[in-house]
Amino acid sequence: MASGKEIRTKIKSVENTRKITRAMEMVAAAKMRKAQERMRAARPYAEKIANVAAHLSQAHPEYKHPFVLKRDHEKRVGAIVVTTDKGLCGGLNTNILRLLVNQMKKWDAAKLGVDVSAIGNKGLGFLQRSGANVLSQVVALGDTPHMDRLIGPVKVMLDAYREGKIDTLHVFYNRFINTMKQEPVMVQLLPLSAPANDDLKHYWDYIYEPDAKEVVDALLIRYVEALIYQAVAENMACEQSARMVAMKAASDNAKNVIGELKLVYNKTRQAAITKELSEIVAGAAAV
Amino acid sequence: MATTIHVDIVSAEASLFSGDAEFIIVPAEMGEMGIYPLHTQLLTKIKPGSVRIKKPDQEEELIYVSGGMLEVQPHLVTILSDTAIRGQDLDEAQALEAKRRAEDAMRDRSSEMDYARAQMELAEAIAQIAAIHQFRKRH
Repeated sequence: MASGKEIRTKIKSVENTRKITRAMEMVAAAKMRKAQERMRAARPYAEKIANVAAHLSQAHPEYKHPFVLKRDHEKRVGAIVVTTDKGLCGGLNTNILRLLVNQMKKWDAAKLGVDVSAIGNKGLGFLQRSGANVLSQVVALGDTPHMDRLIGPVKVMLDAYREGKIDTLHVFYNRFINTMKQEPVMVQLLPLSAPANDDLKHYWDYIYEPDAKEVVDALLIRYVEALIYQAVAENMACEQSARMVAMKAASDNAKNVIGELKLVYNKTRQAAITKELSEIVAGAAAV
Repeated sequence: MATTIHVDIVSAEASLFSGDAEFIIVPAEMGEMGIYPLHTQLLTKIKPGSVRIKKPDQEEELIYVSGGMLEVQPHLVTILSDTAIRGQDLDEAQALEAKRRAEDAMRDRSSEMDYARAQMELAEAIAQIAAIHQFRKRH
């Protein structure tokens, strides 16, 4: 049995670990509130731009954008993978990467090549280690998602789509359901699945200024970016909640371990005292 | 008779204005544009500038937007404001930067996706999580 001093040092070290996980839990809780607010703040824009895109699909534009046209032959697919930059957030990244790998295997079986774009350090590291074809990346986004950081990697994928290098584009991220529950999802971005509305009640079209091509182009690019922004904002809210839950679990575990170690420590101490006492008594009896 | 038009101004990071207006002035790309209720459908880009909204109570509101899109429906005006400063060259530079970083990291590496390795790594992570759950249950 370990000596009293050894156990005491062990207790001390577990206590220190617990202090750290407690602090991380509280930091995550504070950040989580802000991340959730940001996620909600991003919703009106996404809704409004989706409305406009739906209006556009009901109108009869003289110009059909490549983003809305479905292609007959799919050869390569694109995937934008949103993960966190830092670890210690439970199974969050593992879940999303598992979904990705399963999907990539399916694509591989269907003889489709895959190009990926990584948002977040964890996904990037994983994709590079596993040898995926990473076209673009952005890491170290911090706690606030900024549109201007996302424009670059998204544009790379949109350009690849326009040039016909990829024929569909998907985004993988964690959907925020509540603090305890996050769900990994795959959402198709391109071709845009506009709500089909075939009843031609009235023909109408927008006036475009300066011309349809330029305006529709700008709008649809913003639409895709808004979807990605929303995905990143949601993933960040997930990250903070998952981290809070994981760190709470870690703190609870540390507490249990400390309890067990204290029990062992007291048992050893008592055994030592009993031993000493019986030695003294035996010594006294001998005299 | 419709004498007001609903106006929504949103940016990716926040909702800036939502309410009724009698008349609004928008800095469209081809020049300033005044919109009254029952305007015909219109879609255009807007320049950085201020949007002037005349509300039914005769008050005026000024909102700065850094460019974006404007959609007009007869009873609805939607302004999608950009949060980032945009431009063909800027976007291009961002894209190149993102590409370059990926290419730097991709050099000296086989191009085949190694599924076995990916799955092994995931299996390891999943096992770790399962172990933690087991540990939790024991206590």
